[in-house]
Amino acid sequence: MAPPSKLSLGIKRASRSHTYHRRGLWAIKAKHGGAFPKAEKPAAAAEPKFYPADDVKPRAPSTRKANPTKLRSSITPGTVLILLAGRFMGKRVVFLKQLKSGLLLITGPFKINGVPIRRVNQAYVIATSTKVDISGVKVDKFDDKYFARDKKTKAKKTEGELFETDKEATKNLPDFKKDDQKALDAELIKAIEAVPDLKTYLGARFSLRDGDKPHEMTF
Amino acid sequence: MPFKRFVEIGRVALVNYGKDYGRLVVIVDVVDQNRALIDAPDMVRCQINFKRLSLTDIKIDIKRVPKKTTLIKAMEDADVKNKWENSSWGKKLIVQKRRASLNDFDRFKVMLARIKRGGAIRQELAKLKKVAAA
Repeated sequence: MAPPSKLSLGIKRASRSHTYHRRGLWAIKAKHGGAFPKAEKPAAAAEPKFYPADDVKPRAPSTRKANPTKLRSSITPGTVLILLAGRFMGKRVVFLKQLKSGLLLITGPFKINGVPIRRVNQAYVIATSTKVDISGVKVDKFDDKYFARDKKTKAKKTEGELFETDKEATKNLPDFKKDDQKALDAELIKAIEAVPDLKTYLGARFSLRDGDKPHEMTF
Repeated sequence: MPFKRFVEIGRVALVNYGKDYGRLVVIVDVVDQNRALIDAPDMVRCQINFKRLSLTDIKIDIKRVPKKTTLIKAMEDADVKNKWENSSWGKKLIVQKRRASLNDFDRFKVMLARIKRGGAIRQELAKLKKVAAA
């Protein structure tokens, strides 16, 4: 064990001259021509005009990254889903794929129940255990950008026109979207008609009847 | 009025309450006034209150507290499984289980079948009415 650096409170083991020699400041002084090198003081910042009353720490920007939306294990491509909200509430539709935004890509098919190619949130959906074979269906061209709204160019209104109610031109579906629907559904309907009663099933809406206990029903 | 199903060694019973709800078991011993020792081929032998048992018509021939293999053999000799599944009580339970396990598509198909059956019945009835009116 090394000898203790102090013999008692206030009494050091090594003398002042010994410690001075050990620290070696004399060597640094000699290197810089007799004087200890002075570090340059950074320029003092200008006195701020305003001091806030309370000392508040500035919030650091969040480095949290959102994880990709988890898809329920019961939802696989080809699953029949029951929509629970919105215009097509109760309709049974076919699930195609999950988009990058986390939303589910579905189609009626349109000819069977009037539901077009659409995006839907999985929270508003019941997944049934019925599956349709969609191996022959191509869904690569559909992504979130396909469903983006068209930017409306606002024309400047004169004072008189400002008070008129907006005469919005009824939006017509562009033809290429109608063709996409037809192409997608052609393959899908073939697969659906292969299963007896599946077509009528998809055409019917789901509803709860008297005596139904949804928490006890298996879907 | 007289009782027909007795608590006795070898009586097959249905558990109607608790963890083993719905299981067919055999009474292999009586513990006291309220409890019996029960056993089944796929469970550990245990005691249970009589209130949790519903006695069935089926009885097998065993001695008090038989070995598991003896019990299994006795159950197969008495053909308990088939007797149960062919009894009206057993058939009812099977139908209940099937109905509870239907999925949404199955329920839809059942609805279509019921409508079809109702239509066929009404057609026949109409035919008979016509004959009776004539």
